[in-house]
Amino acid sequence: MSLIVNGAKVSAPADARTSLLDLLREDLHLTGTKKGCNQGACGACTVLVDGERVLACLTLAVQVDGREVTTIEGLAGADALHPLQVAFIEHDGFQCGYCTPGQICSAMGMAAEAGRGVPSHVTADLAAEVTLTREEIQERMSGNLCRCGAHNGIIDAIRATLAAETPA
Amino acid sequence: MTPLTYLRAADAPEAVRLGAAAGAAFLGGGTNLVDLLRETVARPETLVDVSALPATIEETEGGGLLIGAAVRNTALAEHRVVRTRYPMLARAILAGASAQIRNMATVGGNLLQRTRCTYFYDTDGSRCNKRLPGSGCDAREGFNRIHAVLGASEACVATHPSDMCVALAALDAVVHVTGPAGPRSIAFGDLHRLPGDAPDRDTTLAQGDLIQVVELPPLAFGATSTYRKVRDRASYAFALVSVAAALKLEGDRVSDVRIAFGGVAHKPWRALKAEAALRGARATQQAFLDAAALEFQDAEPLRDNAFKPALAGRTLAAVLQALATGEAA
Repeated sequence: MSLIVNGAKVSAPADARTSLLDLLREDLHLTGTKKGCNQGACGACTVLVDGERVLACLTLAVQVDGREVTTIEGLAGADALHPLQVAFIEHDGFQCGYCTPGQICSAMGMAAEAGRGVPSHVTADLAAEVTLTREEIQERMSGNLCRCGAHNGIIDAIRATLAAETPA
Repeated sequence: MTPLTYLRAADAPEAVRLGAAAGAAFLGGGTNLVDLLRETVARPETLVDVSALPATIEETEGGGLLIGAAVRNTALAEHRVVRTRYPMLARAILAGASAQIRNMATVGGNLLQRTRCTYFYDTDGSRCNKRLPGSGCDAREGFNRIHAVLGASEACVATHPSDMCVALAALDAVVHVTGPAGPRSIAFGDLHRLPGDAPDRDTTLAQGDLIQVVELPPLAFGATSTYRKVRDRASYAFALVSVAAALKLEGDRVSDVRIAFGGVAHKPWRALKAEAALRGARATQQAFLDAAALEFQDAEPLRDNAFKPALAGRTLAAVLQALATGEAA
């Protein structure tokens, strides 16, 4: 069994109980992905699996056999920041930074969902194209908690980067 | 987690064979089961991963849908037919959990998720008949704001946590199962149990029974349906009370209606009494409130959840009013 993490082939752990989160942090030393609650309530461990945002703490590593995992370390090139990372700095999208990798991975997955028309709880017309208003981003990012209270900056950064041409 | 062996089923027969063994549990997206494993509430010896089994959504000739059990929650909510013919189902799914969890969770797993009663999860400090039969229930006299008001028992006052299942109950879904005794079909209302004196059993499924397909029959007035969830925060929280409803009017009278409540019982609560009371009645706010009162007339509130019958009634009235006036609910 093996999986691809940020483009590199990695062996799945021998113990099936190992979560994807522990594989990333403890075995691969990719500590950008954070362990917050470890029970699916905070979103700090959000990574992309085949481009879809998921929670690494509730994923057993063996479940993603053969699939591609992207973490915050794999989002940009080695020497540059991803535009969304730059926007988080510009818009004060964090204070302590602990939730930030999860927020950014989640936002990438969120933009892909909106792009293919997945509605949300606050979408008035289920058949219409999605417009990433502030309210839509708030709802779609509700699985990522920020205990510093930087949510307004987070939403500003996401809007500036991933929803630049949408109305308020 | 206790030690376990992980196996991946290549097809349904293999899943049933592996899952029929004592100590085996099916694994879908893992969004509930992995947490239960970590808390040692669930202690299977073998995990049989069925998340790679068929995940297709097919239209039936009559205009219904056949939904593979491994379909992810997001995929079901975004399906064109679900959005247009069964909006209550799309809205129920989108009201649940977070986007990350909806991307992971399967339809079959959603049906089989376990209660979020905090005493059920508290292995160190609490008695729970659902976790350890015969040990007692600390919720009944404890903090029971989120607990059941209908159909509970002395042994258990837990609620079923799913939003999706509330819509499936209202839609008369059929659950197609295969197992050691062969295939069978279960009406959605017969899948989940009331707790009685065996609250450790959430459903009528036996060891090795595998949910393969959830069938949605056609519902001519399904397009006039919605789901409303009342919770302690605006998003990413379980329901205090929720309502799935579809409404058909002829003039100012209700000609047909479907209603189910979430957050009030050990199973998604199909409101057959309220439906019967409303068929043929004038579609008024008072009629909606009276129908809900009828449904909740046998409610047995606990110390902290006496608000639920009234809240459920007002929520139902608001939902039906919105459907009657054509407003998005």
